[in-house]
This record gives sequence, structure tokens and C-alpha cells, in this order.
Amino acid sequence: MTVHKLLLGDEAIALGAIHAGLSGVYAYPGTPSTEITEFIQSHPLAKERGIHSRWCTNEKTAMEAALGMSYAGKRALVCMKHVGMNVCADAFVNSALTGVKGGIVVLAADDPSMHSSQNEQDSRFYGKFALIPVLEPSNQQEAYDMMSEAYRMSESLRLPVLLRIVTRLAHSRASVAVGTTSGTNPLAPDEGKHWVLLPAIARKQYVSLLEKQPALLQLSETSAYNRLEKADTEKGIGIIACGIAYNYVKEAQAEGLAGVLKISQYPLPEEKIKQLAAQSRAVLVVEDGQPVVEQDVKALLGCDYPVKGRLTGELPRTGELTPDNVAQALGKKRQTAPGAKNVVGRPPALCPGCGHRDVYTALNKVAAEYEGSRIFGDIGCYTLGALPPYNSLASCVDMGASITMAKGAADAGLWPAIAVIGDSTFTHSGMTGLLDAVNDKANITVVISDNLTTAMTGGQDSAGTNKFEAICLGLGVEPEHVRVVVPLPKNMEEITRIIREEINYKGVSVIIPRRECIQTLNRKLRKQKQQQQ
Amino acid sequence: MKKDIILSGVGGQGILSIATVIGDAATNAGLYLKQAEVHGMSQRGGDVQSHLRLSHDPIYSDLIPQGETDVIISMEPMEALRYVSWLKPTGWLVTSSQPLINIPNYPDTEALQQELASQPQVARLNIETMAKEAQTPKSANMILLGMAAPYIEIISPEDLRNSIINFFKSKGEKIISDNLKAFDLGYNTTKR
Repeated sequence: MTVHKLLLGDEAIALGAIHAGLSGVYAYPGTPSTEITEFIQSHPLAKERGIHSRWCTNEKTAMEAALGMSYAGKRALVCMKHVGMNVCADAFVNSALTGVKGGIVVLAADDPSMHSSQNEQDSRFYGKFALIPVLEPSNQQEAYDMMSEAYRMSESLRLPVLLRIVTRLAHSRASVAVGTTSGTNPLAPDEGKHWVLLPAIARKQYVSLLEKQPALLQLSETSAYNRLEKADTEKGIGIIACGIAYNYVKEAQAEGLAGVLKISQYPLPEEKIKQLAAQSRAVLVVEDGQPVVEQDVKALLGCDYPVKGRLTGELPRTGELTPDNVAQALGKKRQTAPGAKNVVGRPPALCPGCGHRDVYTALNKVAAEYEGSRIFGDIGCYTLGALPPYNSLASCVDMGASITMAKGAADAGLWPAIAVIGDSTFTHSGMTGLLDAVNDKANITVVISDNLTTAMTGGQDSAGTNKFEAICLGLGVEPEHVRVVVPLPKNMEEITRIIREEINYKGVSVIIPRRECIQTLNRKLRKQKQQQQ
Repeated sequence: MKKDIILSGVGGQGILSIATVIGDAATNAGLYLKQAEVHGMSQRGGDVQSHLRLSHDPIYSDLIPQGETDVIISMEPMEALRYVSWLKPTGWLVTSSQPLINIPNYPDTEALQQELASQPQVARLNIETMAKEAQTPKSANMILLGMAAPYIEIISPEDLRNSIINFFKSKGEKIISDNLKAFDLGYNTTKR
């Protein structure tokens, strides 16, 4: 029986995966992908079946664990935000060479407009790079339906499948018709040697991957998700609408179109594109993210055929698609009221009472005493220390870069070089950099601001909780230079004294200000109160 | 019929609760629905908004085009003004009149209130004070939903009340009755 459920795009994917017979989800939290794993963690069927759903330390460990589960014959899901694809890229690209046994779906949630991200890279590039099928749902229903399809495709092609979504689908709710659930695969480890990517084997596997490409193309040509809708107008503009772009095109109700080709499966269906081009006088490519399809269509149709899109200015080169910029590209003009005068931006800020606030107050006080000091930042709530009133940070690049950038700057002679990194980010990608610093006896001061959670994404478990002193000692930081403080205003004198001492120590020191995130603490207290009532 | 609604406010003010109540009522009434939410970084005291689209016919875009919104429901006056270019000429702006000042460059509040008052169709009330006076201090958002109820049209106030009961079911009778009281308080100020 079909049941309708009101689901976020993320939740539709999660439920689709469970219903497809998932045995494990492997993920590191990252907006806008976090809710997928959270949904699976709290789903009764996941508990009943023992579906693995604990958070991983980073996207690379997640991808590799999924590959192991696949080797053992079971279906796995890997979820991450787009920049997580960079972290797991080694395992991801090579997984196309090893191939899979149990199906693997890799979910990349892109964030055009950078609502909560440091870039707007397009994960479809990764699918093309790895030579695997990519699915890009246009709505919540497709997101749910595609999961079963993706696992079947993955197992029949023996390749991982990349599912690419964007923020507006991930975080938008709609009613989804959900079906029944399939059972999980039995344990059946692979017997083949093709998992051993020694050069001699890898060369064979690469040839085999290339030999699969015509089959991938054929699947795209006949996919129900790639649909050419003909229009009446002869020789009007033809539209290629990828993923959710299709919705904005339909919303605009533009007239005079030669046809709309909805694309939700890659590699690109070349015959369908040629068919659209033949009946159109020009093709407009509407895609969220980077002009991936636009470039390929340009190459496919030749330089004389007019192809329009983000590269030609019909659509903006940066930022997400909106119903407004798509309508404009389709030639629809709308009258809108001018904006109000008395409106200013309201950027996010660290919560009142947050421990990171005390960390920055202390760091700013001490840093001001040393001419030429720099504080290198990292990714998390504490990146907001770059904004007023603190203005503390010189950099924020990628997970873990605070420590390694401080080290590189120190190598160049910069002093004091201070790194600020959160607990979850430290275990994600900071530990290896700290080992580099220790081995090089770099003159840096590392602050691991430990709030006992992955706070930015809503308070998920942090992989290193209760292990930070042991990790730092294990990596070789001198015991007398691993210092723990409690970031509270009343401890300011002690904290600033310790920061001074460790800056003055010539070598690697780690200061761990530790106090629970105010959000998770309040949530815990509310829960306790509710249970008492 | 189709109704496009923008919910706005500051992270932590409870606009997603309003969205969930409307969403539940719309689903129970068999309407098509799309609701784009904001999660992540902006929830830390920054501006937040949610696009809520309700219709008797299928809906394509998750986002509302500019100039097509029927109702803006805002927990904060400046956040209401932020989205006026999304409003239809006949659209209603329903907002709390109480500024939440957590930034150093917040506009002059008098000029802000004047600009708000000059909007063609606006309903504004100090819902925070009303909620305190009614001894339901945590229900300001339900007063606002009550105020907006006559303009949502596509869902009846009775359906919204039922969904308030559903939403607070796990919190006990007292919380349910406080929130229904708050809803009625708002509804009585705007019902026609």
C-alpha cells in the first residue's frame, strides 16, 4: 500500500535507502546533508535491522568503510556535503576501479550560493571524473524513488552511483508516496582479486571501467528520468533543465519553447540532446551549480550551434538558481515591488554563553601583546570569530588547515602562529597536521576549542570526545605543553596566562579549552526536565 | 486556489514551529505543499526564512518567485520588511512589532515602524507583550499564526487549531491549551 509522508529531500533519500535494503550509512555531518544520517539513526527499521549509522571521523573513512561493506556483499550509503567529496576523493575515484559487490550510493549535497559553505563546487564533475553514473533528482519524490533504482544500477553495473542534490532540495519538504521495504543483502564477501589495485590489476580494471561506458550512456538515453517534452513552437528555444532547474522552468510557464529536456541521469543522453537541438534554434542549459552540462553540450553540438546558459550570461555565473533568474532567462519579465529601506544584514553570531566567545576574548587579549601574531582559523561555529566583535581570524580554508597553515607560517618565520580548531574538526583532519608539526618541532600554539560536540551542524557526536589529551600525547606533544582550561569569564586570568606561557614555549603546544556547547547543554537540561515531569 | 507564504524571523524565534503546524494542517486537508527551510549556519541568531507553498494543484518550484507571495508571517519587524519585494500588491504582511536587536547597526526603530505602517496591507502587534500578559510567554509564535489565519484562507482556522493540538500533543494538556489560547488571541484581532 502506498502511504504519503511529508519529507525533506534529505529524509526522502534516507527512507528510500532504508526501503532499498540498506545495511549501513557512513557519513560525516555537513550542511545540507546531515539530516539523511540523522533520519536513519532515529528510524525504527534501522534499529530493528541493525543498520550501521554511527557518524564517521571524516568522509574518507566513511567512503572506505562503505567500500568494505560493499565488498562483504551489502548495500551502503555514503553521505556528505560537496566539499566532503574532496576529502574522500581518493577512495571515491578508486572505487570506480575496484567496482562494488553490494550496491554503493554516494550522496553529495551541493550548496550553490554557499549558504553554509566555503565554495560552490559542483559534484557532478566528480561523477564524470570517476566515470560512474550520476543521478540528480528534481524533487523529493524522485529522490525517494531513485534510491532503489540507484542500488539496482550499482549492483548490475558493479559501480558506485553518485546521487547529487542541492540545498533547496535537501531542505525542502513535500509529500512523498512511499512504497514497501526490501530485505537487506546477505553476507557474501567477494572472491575476486580486482579489489587489489596493484598497477597490473588496476590497468585491467581501468579498461573494464572504460568498456562499461557505452552501457552507462545507454541507460541514460532510455532513463525515465531523462525526458524530452515536446512543445508546439517550431524552431523556438530548446531548454535543457537539470535536476531542480526543471521546476523553475515549469514554474515560469514560458511560451515559444521548442521543447524541454529534463535531465536527472548522467552521463548526458547525447541522442536526446541532439534531438532537442535539431528542433530548436538555440539551446538554453538551466543547471544549478557550475556550467558542467553547458560545456559538454557545447562540445557535443559543435561551436556553430548556439548554446546558452551560465557561461553566456543568460543565467548568473555564480549562485543558485531561483524561479526569478530562470524566468528572466526564459524572457519573462516580472514587476516586483522595490525592497524596503530600513533593512540591514543580520549575520549569524556565536550564541550568548558559548565557550568559543571566551576563547576569542582571551586570544585577542594575548595576541594584542605580541606584534605580528596571527590566528589561523578552521571550519565550525568558531569560524564566526572572524566576524565582529572578535575579528580574530586570519584564515579559514578547509577542515584542519588551521594547524598546518600555522605550521607553514611558522616555518616561514611568523611568530606567534596560533591555530584555532574545534574538537570534531581536529579529529576529522587536524591530527595528521599536528603530527607534522611535532615531527618538525614547529613553533606553534594549537587551541583545540572542545565543546564536546559537532555543534555547527546541530550537535552530532564528536569522534574524539574524552580522547584529546591522549591523542595529543600519542602524537608526541610534550605532556607539560598539553594544557586544559575551562573557558569561562571567571577563568580569564588563568587562560590568558596559559596562552602566554605556551606562546613563549618554543615548540608545539596544545591548549584545550573545554566546555559543553550551550545548545546541546540546554537541550539535555530540557530533556531531563521533561523526564522528571 | 494557491497560497504562497513566507515565514521570517531570527534564528531561535520559532518560525519552523509555525511552518510545521501549517504543513500538518495542509497535509491533513489534502493540499499540495512545498516548504523550503533554512538549516545550518544562519540558525545562529541570523535571519531565517521559510517558503511555504500550498495549493490545490501540483507545485513545481520549492521557492516562491518575487512578487507572488500572499502572506508574509514574521516574528520580527525588520525581518518582515526584508521580504516585501516577494509580496503581491494585494498580499498581507503579518508581523510582530517588537524589534529583536542583536546587531550594532539595527535601523532606527521609529523609521522602521513608519515604513512598516506605510505598507498597503499590514497587521502588526506586540505579540511578545501579549503573550506575557496572557501568561503564555512561550506562545508568541502561535499568536502570530492566529493573526495570519484569516489571510491563509486555503486552510481553515479550525484545521490550524487541530494541527496545534497535534504539534504539542507530547507536551501535555497545559501547553496545548496555552497555545490554542494564544492562537485565538491573535485570530480575534484580525478575523473578518
